[in-house]
Amino acid sequence: MGLETEFEIPVLTTTVESVVQWARKSAIWPVTFGLACCAIEMMAMASSRYDISRFGAEVFRGSPRQSDLMIIAGRLSRKMAPSLRRIYDQMPEPKWVISMGACASCGGVFDNYAIVQGSDQVVPIDVYIPGCPPRPESIIYAIVQLQKKISASKMDQTPKVRIA
Amino acid sequence: MSAADIIAALAAVVPGAEYQALESADSDVTPVILVPVEHLMATARALQATPGLEFHAFSDVTAVDFLPHREPRFDVVYHLVSPHRRARVRLKVRVARDQAVPSVTPVWAGAGWMEREVFDLFGIVFEGHGDLRRLMMPDDWEGHPLRKDYPVQLRKDAATYMPLQVTAEEFRANLERDRTVRPRPKEGV
Repeated sequence: MGLETEFEIPVLTTTVESVVQWARKSAIWPVTFGLACCAIEMMAMASSRYDISRFGAEVFRGSPRQSDLMIIAGRLSRKMAPSLRRIYDQMPEPKWVISMGACASCGGVFDNYAIVQGSDQVVPIDVYIPGCPPRPESIIYAIVQLQKKISASKMDQTPKVRIA
Repeated sequence: MSAADIIAALAAVVPGAEYQALESADSDVTPVILVPVEHLMATARALQATPGLEFHAFSDVTAVDFLPHREPRFDVVYHLVSPHRRARVRLKVRVARDQAVPSVTPVWAGAGWMEREVFDLFGIVFEGHGDLRRLMMPDDWEGHPLRKDYPVQLRKDAATYMPLQVTAEEFRANLERDRTVRPRPKEGV
């Protein structure tokens, strides 16, 4: 990126890639998808006190077709796993996933037959958040980390490795 | 109404059945009666229809697994309420593994989903239930998780595939039906 001054008006030059990735990271639209108590903290993150719109990620979409971020907020039961996978598949590329809290990341306290021991068995995860449940600041930090990851990644990246 | 009163009222209607009153911490509020499994249906009908008993509302059915300590291992527990008499009763039926219990859905239709839940989690079969499918666990699940001999910390891959709810033929038929039923918009309006 550079400032060209030999023309009548100053011209800023950059690459298409950095502009596209800047646009993508500045408007991350999460899908409205809460599984358990973590979703309460996720809603708090979107409310005025923590105000995730400061980072351009406040537009929770009711349809996976309009979303590019899935926050897995809570424990993922085995019965829910196919539905979660279907919602992920319905989201258009490029898309990212945040695994929120201990249960989504590794099963947490629910070490039993009913809960998937880590939602990375079902979808590829970009950012893991520790905590039970994580505070809204933790989720904001995760979104900022995801923004850094997006700006550092290539524009025409091939879709992530599909599991199962 | 104590357990003894209910047993006395039942004895006149269900001949040959041997009931037993059981003790529990709340038996002054909810009398507990042990019912032989072969007399369960007759007892259920009598409890619902006999004047003076009239347990019209079915509250719950659940089960308890006493695996290492007792044979037969299961207690199937029924909770009944008589709303206008403000009375409750709890029935217990002792069954072994692979022993079927008659379904009480002909008497109380509301028992259907609760019996499905007990079947799903304990593997107790309710004979005469019209639709005994799993309720909690996925349809293709193996085993019954609330049995005491079930491996709780199960390690297996998560299923990510959901079969379609309708066949391709049903989907096309629905589509065609919608197209024929829906009136076409008039031209020039």
